[in-house]
Amino acid sequence: MLTVSELAQKSTQYRRNILQYIYGAGAGHTGGSLSCIDILNVLYNTVLNVGPDTFTSPDRDRYIQSKGHTVEALYVVLADLGFFPETDLQTLCRYNSHYIGHPTRKVYGVEQNTGSLGHWLSLSVGTALAAKLDDRAYRVFTLMGDGELPEGSNWEAALLASHYKLDNLCAIVDKNTLQITGPTADVCSTDPLDQKFEAFGWAVRHVDGHDFTALQEAFDALPFATGKPSLVIAHTVKGKGVSFMENQLKWHHGVPSYDQYQQALEELGERAKE
Amino acid sequence: MEKANLDIFSATLQTLAETDRNLLVVTSDSRGSGKLVPFGQRFPKQIVEIGIAEQNLVGVAAGLASAGKNVFAVSPACFLTARSFEQIKTDVCYSNNPVRLVGISAGVSYGALGSTHHSLHDLAALRAVHNLTIVAPADNFETEQAVRLAAQMNTPVYLRFGKKTMPLLSETNREFAFGKGRVVREGEDLTLIATGETVYPALQAARRLETEQGIRARVVSMHTIKPLDYDLLAMVAADGCPIVTVEEHSVYGGLGEGCASFLLQNGFRNRFRIMGIPDEYTVTGSQLEIFAHYGLSETGIERVALELLDRG
Ligand SMILES: [Mg+2]
Repeated sequence: MLTVSELAQKSTQYRRNILQYIYGAGAGHTGGSLSCIDILNVLYNTVLNVGPDTFTSPDRDRYIQSKGHTVEALYVVLADLGFFPETDLQTLCRYNSHYIGHPTRKVYGVEQNTGSLGHWLSLSVGTALAAKLDDRAYRVFTLMGDGELPEGSNWEAALLASHYKLDNLCAIVDKNTLQITGPTADVCSTDPLDQKFEAFGWAVRHVDGHDFTALQEAFDALPFATGKPSLVIAHTVKGKGVSFMENQLKWHHGVPSYDQYQQALEELGERAKE
Repeated sequence: MEKANLDIFSATLQTLAETDRNLLVVTSDSRGSGKLVPFGQRFPKQIVEIGIAEQNLVGVAAGLASAGKNVFAVSPACFLTARSFEQIKTDVCYSNNPVRLVGISAGVSYGALGSTHHSLHDLAALRAVHNLTIVAPADNFETEQAVRLAAQMNTPVYLRFGKKTMPLLSETNREFAFGKGRVVREGEDLTLIATGETVYPALQAARRLETEQGIRARVVSMHTIKPLDYDLLAMVAADGCPIVTVEEHSVYGGLGEGCASFLLQNGFRNRFRIMGIPDEYTVTGSQLEIFAHYGLSETGIERVALELLDRG
């Protein structure tokens, strides 16, 4: 098991890689990739029983990234785990590349072709229900953005997950409080999110989405209640780790200039030395 | 004993479920209209109720299929293919989760319930979605075959069923494969190409043309709308005789335009007519009254055939 400082080092490297490949591609979802990367780090490195050798096993844990637009975070973690050579990411979004700007099963390690928002909690419910029906022990983890929660099918899925008592399902909301138009609370508020999910029959925990220990403790405590699906509301900062990107709307899919890229690397490099 | 295709669908699923514990029926409060109550009684652990939530139905079905379940997702065609269209496109087809989507009471089967309950768009909409086989069985034989084949597919399929009792089309042609139209009556003077529950009136029209006019019409059950049987189309068009297509669907984007596209792009210049529901909200009536109103009937099809033969 990785220590907290090893996890921190990984996250710093992941952030550098995210910026490198977005800079190289001239496209990408920078802010959201930086807000969710610590969650992916903890999941893939300490929670999920999945890796390149077990990815085709029917008993593997499933990670389904509903907020598919932050695919850069997923790609750099999968590369680190050895699903594919990291150099492949140099083709990100290039003509004829398998590395599309949203998750695709063309890339080994990706479970579903996500990206259309509001779909994947339903699909995750189906995958978790299959485990219950087949008496398998795998769990399903679904990462959602806070901006995608107004999609109605999420709530259809939330209802059904508790109806079928899917305590092998864990949804995580990357609550970075921003979406492309502005603060999520201004666009279409979903607060109080915990009460809404609780009313739908879920067990809910809040966690600092950049605190490795807190994330691990939350995932260790799954399911939060027997017979209930679990929701982790991860409070995060969009653009986390790069001072001038943090909480700045324009970095939703902003691409750094050369100078900005160098400055970001410098900040992250200095942090790595701390 | 002839039955509704939906009854055969349900009976075939039960037969399959006897040996396939992995087979799962998923419904959106639609087990009654899907004739699936007996299935649910026999296999209570192999039917999953979603509630009235068609988007969730398709998403959950995709998740179940991704985990290896043999999933038939059953819902009225009007809702399944419109409300859940994006789930079909993305969760099922793009992600290649091989769900067997079953649209029940398709076309104007719901008759006087009106346009909310009609699906006259589904073939057009779904034809434009990649990685989906689209099949509208015409009779009990085609239904059983289609359900059995669908259960074996490793890619998504859409089965489209009405709910009327359907006579057997042919005692002799017992061949069935997706993508291969069935010639259910031979003829040399023109070809009627129909799909689903309009094949039977096309066959009746062909019989009438022969007895009353001495005209011999070939009748094709083009059960698979995608992939269309281009070989058969080229074969029937080769003699230059007129072609009439008939479908319980908008005249836009369905069987007829699929055939026309192939024929025109491949040099065939046969006289050609698309019969279907015009671009309007239909007249009120039962399915057969609506068919009669728009000419999708024995006499209506005969009339168009005679026109194309300049004998109208
Ligand atoms: Mg957000």
